[in-house]
Amino acid sequence: MCNSKIRCFLFGAIIMLLFVSIKTQAQNLENGKKIYQTKCLVCHQSDGGGVPNMNAPLDGASNVVGNDIARLVKIIKNGFNERVELDGIYYSNSMTANPDLTPAQISDVLSYIRTSWSNKATKVTTVQVQQAIKGNQKTSAK
Amino acid sequence: MKKGIYLLLLSISIQFLANAQDNAGLTLPTGFKANLFAENIGSARHIAISKNGVVFAKLNRADKQGRTIIRLADENKDGVSDNITGWANYGGTGIYLTGNALYASSNEAVFKYELDSKDEVVNPLSPITVVSGLISRRQHESKSITFDKANNIYVNIGAYSNACQEKDRTPGGKGMMPCPILDSAGGIWKFDANKENQTYGDGKRYATGLRNVIGLDWNPQANKLYVAQHGRDQLNTFFPSLYTDAQNAELPAETFYEINEGDNAGWPYVYYDNFQHKKIVSPEYGGDGKKEGASDIKNPAVAFPAHMAPMGVLFYTGNQFPAKYKNGAFITFHGSWNRAPLPQEGFFVAFVPFKNGKATGEWEIFANGFAGTIDGAKITSTRSAKARPCGLAQGPDGSIYVSDDTKGSIFKISYQK
Repeated sequence: MCNSKIRCFLFGAIIMLLFVSIKTQAQNLENGKKIYQTKCLVCHQSDGGGVPNMNAPLDGASNVVGNDIARLVKIIKNGFNERVELDGIYYSNSMTANPDLTPAQISDVLSYIRTSWSNKATKVTTVQVQQAIKGNQKTSAK
Repeated sequence: MKKGIYLLLLSISIQFLANAQDNAGLTLPTGFKANLFAENIGSARHIAISKNGVVFAKLNRADKQGRTIIRLADENKDGVSDNITGWANYGGTGIYLTGNALYASSNEAVFKYELDSKDEVVNPLSPITVVSGLISRRQHESKSITFDKANNIYVNIGAYSNACQEKDRTPGGKGMMPCPILDSAGGIWKFDANKENQTYGDGKRYATGLRNVIGLDWNPQANKLYVAQHGRDQLNTFFPSLYTDAQNAELPAETFYEINEGDNAGWPYVYYDNFQHKKIVSPEYGGDGKKEGASDIKNPAVAFPAHMAPMGVLFYTGNQFPAKYKNGAFITFHGSWNRAPLPQEGFFVAFVPFKNGKATGEWEIFANGFAGTIDGAKITSTRSAKARPCGLAQGPDGSIYVSDDTKGSIFKISYQK
């Protein structure tokens, strides 16, 4: 299977990296779930369903599984206090800000939300969150 | 043998479902029956019924035909609406019928329509504006309405806040002192229904310290206003060192008040604790879960479990139901969300007995099963409730009607001797 020492080492290293990465991803999702349970569940509910007319759903919501990661990061960081439509319905409640969550924690909870229930969107990396925070700071400075 | 058991189980469950559907899926006291008067009419909030039995429902959002007031007539008198029409283009909650005048509210205003002798609306496109310019800032924006016997209209103006924190819904955040919201919201305002184009300056703040009232009705026997308040949310989320998840699930009580002019129910400074039977200082105002609030704050007539969200109040004046129901109050409970991570509660219609115009303090579940779970299983996520009770009205024959603002069912509940 591996006919030279170098090849053998590389093969092993790739397998190990794969394992590590799968394990880290699983840990990230597990961590994201924990953050969801402590910070999000009370309003967005255990199945991400939200509360009709009050708290926006996360399960199946077009914005949540969409590509505007910067907006999602901004909402988690700053909370949400606007009258805005989501998939044809307005939600009345205000969302609490989470200024203390780190980029790693935000990426974990977003990855959990975007891949849970019926959601099958891409996970979000810490780098993506860091870029989003920088971008959001620039936009709000303008 | 196994097959036999399965068949038996199957037949039992079919029987169970058939029985359940007999009363539109509701569980009721002996002798009561329910049927679906209407289905899928949209987000039906409050309802009103004419002397001829025509039902008017106020929708929170326009239906597919763009209508927000729905007229439902049962022309062949079989207990199911068969002629459904509608008009208006503004969402809202309140609707009230007195004589031939139909009043409906948006989240900022109250409008008046005239009905002809056949209960058809005369001026669908040109209602009279009775009140306008009321505060509506997303949270608690519904403007519920009721009337006294002297043609005064009582309007709820909900507080656009959870507990009047400097920054709404912030962990550990302090409450504003005094709470500036109370000048123009967080109470009940009284207006003269005979006048047009009124706003705050023409009305009177009739009661204050009420975070959000959706269900309210005039008690004709006591000749007094009664209101049901939605208590504050998230004691545990914002003050985790003072309240556990389990404590938040049970605190504060949802409260039902007899209101005299000038009453103060205490929001945001206190909440009602149904276990200590005390008004407790809110943690935003230095409370620790034990410290008692000022003694001049109104006590509730009845306290209910937390977060169940009372939506409609109806004093029963009919003769169809057994005598114990006469002059008592029915209250719809929408069902909770803030009991999470514990299971949700509510999704039923309660009955509150009254004696000589006063609540006895007792209450019982009158109609249950709106959520549509099998064998009474608990709802864990609010959206999974099939129906959520909201509006309440009494028909001319003494039946009561309950609206659901999820898909828009209207249940008719009757008693047969």
